[in-house]
Amino acid sequence: MATTDKARLDRDFSELYKAHLRDVYSYAYYRVGNHHDAEDLTTQTFLQAYRHFERAQRESHGRPLRPWLIRIAHNLAANLYRDRSRKPQTALDESMPVQAIHTTEDLVEGRDELARILEGVQQLPDDRREALIMRFALGMDNREIARALGRTDGATKVLIHRAIRQLEEIIKQEGAPS
Amino acid sequence: MSEAAPRAGGPDFEALLRRALAPVEPPADLAERLEGRLTEITELAAEELEAWELGAMRDPRNWARPVAAVVIGGAAGAGLVVLRARHRAQARRPPSATRALADAAERALREVFQEARRISR
Repeated sequence: MATTDKARLDRDFSELYKAHLRDVYSYAYYRVGNHHDAEDLTTQTFLQAYRHFERAQRESHGRPLRPWLIRIAHNLAANLYRDRSRKPQTALDESMPVQAIHTTEDLVEGRDELARILEGVQQLPDDRREALIMRFALGMDNREIARALGRTDGATKVLIHRAIRQLEEIIKQEGAPS
Repeated sequence: MSEAAPRAGGPDFEALLRRALAPVEPPADLAERLEGRLTEITELAAEELEAWELGAMRDPRNWARPVAAVVIGGAAGAGLVVLRARHRAQARRPPSATRALADAAERALREVFQEARRISR
């Protein structure tokens, strides 16, 4: 590869990771449930992305590369669980509400409510949980989520709809008096 | 706020979900560390290529590191080549001598990938 091409590629990659570091980290955090593994997963995602960046850029035809990055993170997270033969063992880190961008109002008035929703999200099947993370934590649209999950736009729309319905049911049941 | 469950359905619930799944800021030094790792990897790959002396390449035991550097440096499709080579080898069902050669080649390639993984850590 010519030096100028390499320099351009490195510059483009630098822009990509600056633009999407928070997205990948947020996805990783909600996926693995703790900051230590989230950091590791984020680092591995960008290292792998760097190795295949030239090809991805060539084949993207100008489309955003965020779904591709999230797909890498998704595959690496799946490998992590396969290697450890487990899912996240605990709820999200205790420090999470402070680390995340939550307002004071959230913390005072809605903390329990938000915590119940997060717990509900953790109970969803993997594909539904991931679709909700992509939609609500990363703000991805149906098309981006479809590309990240390797599904059609229609199937993704149905997946998200069902994920929300199931989450509502979980929260209703847990909120109901015993 | 009451202890009742969040209202189901509609924009209220989605707004709650959006607040619950707020983006998480990465640690301040993560970007710096990540850049360090990437620089390290590209420099390592470049050094491996610079150190590629043709004389040493006569010995197949020396193939692993430079080829690994190429892999790390971004050569795509190496895995595909290995798979295709394996498929071809299986399809031909080579006699024992050819099979031994194929095994040796496969071992060398395995070393390449192990080396690539080691360098990338």
